[in-house]
Amino acid sequence: MSAVTVFGLCAAAAVGVGLYGLITNPQPLRKIIAFNLLGSGVFLLFGIIGRRGAAAGSGNDPVPQALVITGVVVAFSATALAIALTLRLFETAGSMTLRSRAPTGPNSDPSAG
Amino acid sequence: MSIATLFEIVLAAVVLGLAIWTITVSETYSAAVGFVAYGLLVALIWVRLDAVDVAMTEAAIGGGLGGIVLLGAAARLRESEAMTAERPGRVVRLCAAALSASIAMVLAVAVLILPDPAPTLAPTVISNAGATGLANPVTNVLMAFRAMDTMLEKVVLMLAIVGVWSLASDQAWGGRPGPRHEADPNGVLAFLARLTPPAGIVIGIYLLWTGADHPGGAFQGGAVLASMWLLVIMAGLADTPPVSSRSLRLILVAGPGVFLVVGLGGLCFGPAFLAYPVAFAKPLILGIEVAMTLTIAATLALLLAGAPERSATR
Amino acid sequence: MPPPAPTLTTTTGSVLLVLSIVVPVAGVLLAFALGDRYCRLVVFTVMPFGIAIAAAILMLLPLSEGHLVYLLGAWPPPLGVALRADGLSAVMLATVAIVICAVAIFAATDFRPTEAKTRAPFAFWILLLAIWGALNTIFVGGDLFTLYVALELLTFAAVPLVSLDGRAETLRSALRYLLFALLGSVLYLSGTALLYGLHGTLDILLLSHRVSVEPGALIAAALMTTGLLAKTALFPLHLWLPPAHAGAPAAASAILSGLVVKGSFFILLRLWFDVMPALPGFAVPQLLAALGAGAIVFESVVALRQERLKLLIAYSTLAQIGYLFLMFPLAFGASGRLESGQALAGGLLQAISHATAKAAMFMAVGSIYGGLGHDRITGLRGVARALPLSVLAFALGGIALMGLQPSGASLAKELLLQKAMSTGQWWWAIVLQAGGIFTAAYVVLVLAHALAPADEPIALISPASRSRDLAALALALCSLSLGLMPWEHYLPLPHGGALKLFDLDALSKFLLPAMGGATLAILLSPWPHPLACSAVWKNLMRVLGPFRRTCLGFGGLVERGDDALRQWPAASISLVVVTLLLAASMFAANS
Repeated sequence: MSAVTVFGLCAAAAVGVGLYGLITNPQPLRKIIAFNLLGSGVFLLFGIIGRRGAAAGSGNDPVPQALVITGVVVAFSATALAIALTLRLFETAGSMTLRSRAPTGPNSDPSAG
Repeated sequence: MSIATLFEIVLAAVVLGLAIWTITVSETYSAAVGFVAYGLLVALIWVRLDAVDVAMTEAAIGGGLGGIVLLGAAARLRESEAMTAERPGRVVRLCAAALSASIAMVLAVAVLILPDPAPTLAPTVISNAGATGLANPVTNVLMAFRAMDTMLEKVVLMLAIVGVWSLASDQAWGGRPGPRHEADPNGVLAFLARLTPPAGIVIGIYLLWTGADHPGGAFQGGAVLASMWLLVIMAGLADTPPVSSRSLRLILVAGPGVFLVVGLGGLCFGPAFLAYPVAFAKPLILGIEVAMTLTIAATLALLLAGAPERSATR
Repeated sequence: MPPPAPTLTTTTGSVLLVLSIVVPVAGVLLAFALGDRYCRLVVFTVMPFGIAIAAAILMLLPLSEGHLVYLLGAWPPPLGVALRADGLSAVMLATVAIVICAVAIFAATDFRPTEAKTRAPFAFWILLLAIWGALNTIFVGGDLFTLYVALELLTFAAVPLVSLDGRAETLRSALRYLLFALLGSVLYLSGTALLYGLHGTLDILLLSHRVSVEPGALIAAALMTTGLLAKTALFPLHLWLPPAHAGAPAAASAILSGLVVKGSFFILLRLWFDVMPALPGFAVPQLLAALGAGAIVFESVVALRQERLKLLIAYSTLAQIGYLFLMFPLAFGASGRLESGQALAGGLLQAISHATAKAAMFMAVGSIYGGLGHDRITGLRGVARALPLSVLAFALGGIALMGLQPSGASLAKELLLQKAMSTGQWWWAIVLQAGGIFTAAYVVLVLAHALAPADEPIALISPASRSRDLAALALALCSLSLGLMPWEHYLPLPHGGALKLFDLDALSKFLLPAMGGATLAILLSPWPHPLACSAVWKNLMRVLGPFRRTCLGFGGLVERGDDALRQWPAASISLVVVTLLLAASMFAANS
């Protein structure tokens, strides 16, 4: 078993674990953490594909590496924005009404829905 | 089985175990701690994959700063946790588990059956490195071959700032982000905040400089500078600047702005938009990277600080 | 061995593609740096340039054989990134420029920066420019990863627009939108990773020469398609759209509903028609269109049951999104291979018609909301007298969508119906007709309330604004006249496809759905009818009463089902199921 196989399976499993967390965790903050796990799994896929393409003295194809660096920064911005929204929602709605009914229906609450 | 493979299997198993623990643990704060540990170990995987640039970015931004912002939010939301929604029922959880497992399996199969020999752009990247005069192939891809993506991603960072700031209340608009930190001026934090930044700033600048030829670059340098600034703010030695500050705004647009101007220079005086003349490629790219590092440092720190909360004068 | 790569060079005049991205992006940076007071000024300075660039691309394209290519940094793919424009990009660029400008004029007073209020204007104007830049990048981007960054740019610009007024429920909708959109992006990204692993490039043109029927490509296609469906809010992945679009300020809703969902839809077109036209087989297009049909039925019924006008329009957007997906089986035919561009042309025309008409309708509703202080449908009596221009704009937008010739929607419907008949897929012809009738139903329902005379004159809480109404009216008229444009330069239309205007046939094609729609509106809307006191209505109810009660019961069931599907776990499970279904049906078709 090579590093590519081991980490390839690990990346796919991380995607699965993150996806499960994103589906089942009710709190927004936990969903954000799960999204980050899911994202890191997908980035690892790029890493494995780059590792397979090692050539010309470069141990990992630089193009996927560059894509991942861009992706990590985008994912971090998304995390920061989502957390700012969560905190602001908590402040505005207050702890008691976090599961309150939105005007659109009984389930427009990200924490409950 | 060699020692290296054994190490890799153990590393992968620990990473997966941490991932599962992070998802299933009942306390959100513990989950955030688990995520930070997970991020650091994933950086180790990146080192094993011979992608040191990514490893540094993942450790600094993914695990490091991302972990800090998650930990901070988890701490603030801690008391609300008891009353948030219950988890979905057993049937839904089983369904979700089965479906997520099938997606993971599909992906695993897709990765395992990729063609051999794998297609790669590494030789093309290396053989064209002469056009920029930089020896780090990843920096070449980011700054020259796929410069458009990098520039647009700087705009994404700026929009994240706009998004976070837009969450301020109308009264706090124009004010300073985050709470004012008061720390004991003789405490450990203040001591660290006086001691570390000089070294941290040197490390940040070194990372930027060395990124031309070795692993490193604007992101990694910017992340180090951002954490130094945050340390100083948290120790109460400095305050966050008001969001209406003109100089702050200029720092935040400097990265994409300089990138855009250099790109347009290539359009007017060179062969194409975002093309660098060979003679000046290295200084131009380094100039963009200096501006980008400043912007990244300020952006990352302000994303962590959050929306404006206090008026500028207080 | 892959076939030889096509030659790649920059074509003359294609620098316009660069400018179409650079100008809005420079506007974003400038507005941010200059500060709160000047944001609006920057937008209105950028606008003429943006319009001029879109117009120039429209004019240049037929002269350069329908293709413009620009190699960024002069690096040819696969190493570098290319920008490309074809007819589809050109018309989308022009549509976006027109809609953005109309919305900017509409929003000029709402988001005027003042001493007391600068936060919302600052965010709105910067985000408006960012959406413009992101969409233009999506239309001309020639690389799947560049498209990913542009898609994220679009999401980051759209989400804060939802929660601009800072109320708790809009923050909640924004958070839901962001989280679900991120899930979609990650799926898309995983597909691009696989494609790079297979072919060592993400350039659309190179991939189109290299992709063959192979398991990895099929899995990548399924992942990317589902990610984009989540961002387009195709039923049943639509949980985020109604609260987000209904809760945003009117100008923002117009942009979100008219333009933002078209971004991911456009990438979907690129994926299926350019990157992998040989892959889908018979089942996948049928599956996509079946989801579209589900959207039309479910969301139209739910739309008719809404009490608030903005929500009604948001749900109707979902139904219209479903309508866009009916083109897939018609384009790919029974053999599962790409057959003709006529269905593609029809689908794209529908997207453009919807972009202009829906933006106009949201703007008109914004004016009505501003005037009345509410948007309850039952409280609209007499509004046609108080706000005639706003109601006119709404009516014209609605009529354009219903397909009165020469609107773009009528041409689109004609093209799609012809294709459905010529490929023998009569079942999609039925769905197309049903879509038209449902559209008519909610337009007629709203107009019936708005045109009913009030018992006493309405007191407006703020006077009507001429410029706002004119902006909405201009967009509605634009949608209504789209059928007259010279599309044959840009879209693959059949020869002699021009419409015969104003003949008896055309009139019947408009009136029959309109009458069907009126019937549906009576049967499915639970709210008191404006004519409820008249003798005609009482007689009608004597006949229809029991049947209407059955229909209302059915509507209630549909609404509850839709509520259940819009729960987070249900929607995200649907997402995974759709991914697996897509992958399975592609494997079945190609095994």
